[in-house]
Amino acid sequence: MLSPLILISVVLNGLLTGAVYALVALGLTLIYGVLHIINFAHGALLSAALFAAFFAYQKLGLDPYVAAFLLAPAFFAFGYALQRFIIGPASHGDDRNMLLITLGLAVFIENALLYAFHADTRTIDLAYGFKSIDFGFTFLAVPRVISFAAVFFVALALWLIMALTDTGKAIRAVAKEKLGAELAGIDVAHIYAMTFGLGTACVAVAACLLIPTYYANPRAGNAFVLVAFTVVVLGGMGSVPGALIGGLVIGVVESLAGFYFGESLGQVGIFLIFIVVLLLRPRGLFGASA
Amino acid sequence: MKALLLIAIAVAVFAAVPLVVHSNVVLNFLVVTLMIALAGQGWNILGGYGGQYSFGHAAFFGTGAYVTAILQVEYGVNAWIGFAAGIVAGAAVGAIIGGLAFRAGLRSSYFALVTLAFAEVLRILASVAPITGAGVGLLVKLDLRAQSFQFQSRAIFYYVILALVAVSLVIAQLLERSRFGTWLIAVRENEDAAMALGVDAFAVKLGAMVLSAAVTAAAGCFYVQYFLFIDSGIAYGTWISIEALLTPIIGGVGTVFGALVGALVVKSLGEGAKLVTGDVPGLDLMIYGAVLIVVIRFAPRGLVGAFTDARERLARRFAAPRPPVREAVRG
Amino acid sequence: MSEQKLPFSRRQFLATTALGAAAAATGSLAMPAVLRAQGAGVKLGLLHPVTGALSYSGQQGRVGATMAVDEINAGGGIKALGGAKIDPVLGDAQSTPDGGTAEVEKMNSAEVACIVGGYASSICLAVSQAAARYDLPYVVDVGVADSIVTRGLKNTFRFSPGFGVIAKAALDNLTTINDQAGKPAKTVIIVHEDSLFGSGLAKLLNAQLPPKGFEILETIPHPTPTRDFANVVLKIKAQNPDLVIPANYYNEYVLLARTMQEQHVRPKGIYSVLGGASSSYKFVKDFPEAARYIMDCNHWFNPKSAKAQELRKKIEDKGQFFTYELYLNYSAILLVADALERAASIDRAKLTTALENSTFASPIMPYGPTKFVNGQNQGAAPVSTQVLDNDIKAILPPEFANAKAVFPMPA
Repeated sequence: MLSPLILISVVLNGLLTGAVYALVALGLTLIYGVLHIINFAHGALLSAALFAAFFAYQKLGLDPYVAAFLLAPAFFAFGYALQRFIIGPASHGDDRNMLLITLGLAVFIENALLYAFHADTRTIDLAYGFKSIDFGFTFLAVPRVISFAAVFFVALALWLIMALTDTGKAIRAVAKEKLGAELAGIDVAHIYAMTFGLGTACVAVAACLLIPTYYANPRAGNAFVLVAFTVVVLGGMGSVPGALIGGLVIGVVESLAGFYFGESLGQVGIFLIFIVVLLLRPRGLFGASA
Repeated sequence: MKALLLIAIAVAVFAAVPLVVHSNVVLNFLVVTLMIALAGQGWNILGGYGGQYSFGHAAFFGTGAYVTAILQVEYGVNAWIGFAAGIVAGAAVGAIIGGLAFRAGLRSSYFALVTLAFAEVLRILASVAPITGAGVGLLVKLDLRAQSFQFQSRAIFYYVILALVAVSLVIAQLLERSRFGTWLIAVRENEDAAMALGVDAFAVKLGAMVLSAAVTAAAGCFYVQYFLFIDSGIAYGTWISIEALLTPIIGGVGTVFGALVGALVVKSLGEGAKLVTGDVPGLDLMIYGAVLIVVIRFAPRGLVGAFTDARERLARRFAAPRPPVREAVRG
Repeated sequence: MSEQKLPFSRRQFLATTALGAAAAATGSLAMPAVLRAQGAGVKLGLLHPVTGALSYSGQQGRVGATMAVDEINAGGGIKALGGAKIDPVLGDAQSTPDGGTAEVEKMNSAEVACIVGGYASSICLAVSQAAARYDLPYVVDVGVADSIVTRGLKNTFRFSPGFGVIAKAALDNLTTINDQAGKPAKTVIIVHEDSLFGSGLAKLLNAQLPPKGFEILETIPHPTPTRDFANVVLKIKAQNPDLVIPANYYNEYVLLARTMQEQHVRPKGIYSVLGGASSSYKFVKDFPEAARYIMDCNHWFNPKSAKAQELRKKIEDKGQFFTYELYLNYSAILLVADALERAASIDRAKLTTALENSTFASPIMPYGPTKFVNGQNQGAAPVSTQVLDNDIKAILPPEFANAKAVFPMPA
């Protein structure tokens, strides 16, 4: 089983899965980097976005890749409103309270989905859903290859926003030095909300890329949360390139560990990396020094 | 001492409950609530007094649970000895995790995340290791005798967990009054300043971690005796890490009664929500989540903090007016 | 002597005790809303995990149980008790053993005559124990772990088969199918979820497959949930087994099957044992290509029973799926109703005795007459099914089969 071709397949699989992790983590790292909160509601938001992607296909007939352009702004607005009108005011600016509030939100959103849409798993069956590209020694599923490419575009788009737009600069300013930014006239509450909105929009895009091969149910997003946290820590909190590279690395590590140690035990690989990074280099690959 | 007297009175009130209330529904509810309060009090020692927020207290709960279960099921060890062993094992795991994390100088979110990671690693290992029964879990033999730490009557379980909670209350209170506690609070308030004053922050944090782990591990051991079944999801799952941090934060971090108050509130909230919404799935938990947000919105320092604030506000409202300056100066 | 400042305020202390009292009151109040006046109704506890990770299965179970209750009531109730109607007391186990235990307490307080449900083995273990304290009879709906009925609890009954019986039947049937096709299959890979049901089953399969002449190339555990099966399928592809044997829950089964299709992995057969989706109409409807020819040995109804087909139509007309949680719960309720008729009493001891002596034959299950030994129905058995013509057909045992097995899978 140690044939090099199989190894390549395993690594390729890891890259494809890692791309999705990167996408989910992009939103999380932004939110962490700026608001300094560990967003417990991230998984629930992903579940909600998966449902949105599902219904966009089922009710509106929108292909998920098209729906992404509709859902990203919609979820941006949703995330903005959440931070501006619920999380922000309720937390009184205290990080620890924000943590509990995102926890409350997670419970609320997951159960609202359960109440509204019930527990059955929803899937979509696209024409190209099962198509794969034949590389000779392995088949790579078309939707997953598309996700891989898309991640780079999303990361690039985010990076451009952060680097070139006024909002992006303001976000970076607030992340670095909140008090100074405030004194310089930046509306911190608005920037916080913009950041949360951007993070949520990323989640919406991730969901659209996932839905062709995955499924929607009230708890579907939870499976990605811990991995996303690991990616954020590895890549460096607040770093967009970090989340991208971190995601790919984690994907490959998970794939190799899962292959050699079994899918159950292999998951340990992810968390061991998590621990090692935290103990030896907490700022991750690209994060700012603590 | 007045403080201990207050704890004694609170415990006495709780102890009176089974004499007045015979409903096993209530007793079961209170047993589970007190167990969560115990786990939360463990968290409170490290998080409330020490300011180190752990997201992975499941690591200690689960270790306590598994050690006592394994000793009973696979080695036929007496349940009470298993209980003690579980607490020691939990404390040892606390020492290891704390040692690694604090030696690496991890603080706040980084510390929280590393504890989460350790708990997850333990969960995954427990789900595959043969000694924990792997996926199948461990079933402790039903043997309703006192020497097996199992009781026919729920009331006796209630008294046991109440005694454990009482001990944890006393521990917290002694902590507050001790020099160690002062150092711990100093480290919480400003670690660098405390170190500058000569406090060995590492030793203090580690000590708090070990104590915290032991208390939470006791809750895990109790779970096994009460429910007689454990698996990796129950032992090391995020549910208990969340309950352990939720209850003291809601009740009031860094206070003696905070975890207990928080547990009562949170659990009652869950029951209350079910009462209001009936059988529709999801609705009761939606209310639970919403109320959580509202509580934090209006009581950011926890409920105990809110009480203290309210009392101070009332006191100021009704304070005697100050005498005019002329009169105070005369003669 | 200066007043020592208390480390906590009196407010905290009062808060604790006041809350304690309030909690006690709330706890006693938060009982099921069905505490009506003690009328002529027979209270039956229906306990399912309708929220949390198992909510879909829990809700299907509840639907099946309430359907049976409604039918019985519409048909005149329990005749031996003067036409008393069944009063269902619904409970949510919240997908955890402690959730289940709390509900048992409430149902006991509500004075139910019997409890039905549980679904997950870990919940069933806790529920049976809690109910045993009150000698409250408890009928397991699904939970397959054998430990549920081997602890000597007199109150616990399981109408459906446990995984010991299921594994044995599955392998006997596999041998039959393989022999009939000229023994094309020799090598096997098992893919199982890593908690109680999957691990327990895998252990049994590992012990029983080799003596029947099969070679296990690998046993692959995976967590629930698993996000991706690409590498699992890679391993399957690399070793090219004749048979793949999955044992897991719905979502993972679907992902596995889809990934196999995507990777063009077609073994000679996919022979599931308690496969999560392989005998699910929803899976067949959603992914007909991936589901074709998949076999399963699972809980199944008697396809030759007119009543079962009628129920199936009723459910499908409502746009829902006729799943095993549904008809197992339906049958369990009928079992209890039959026991109530024979006991002619809601006394728990009499009901327990009536259950012990039950010879009830469910109109919809392929079990024959009931016979409980230590709480396990000896007549309970699984059925081997296969997805054929976009439908699920029973292929073994012959007395309940409505199709012949197609094996090996056509290319």
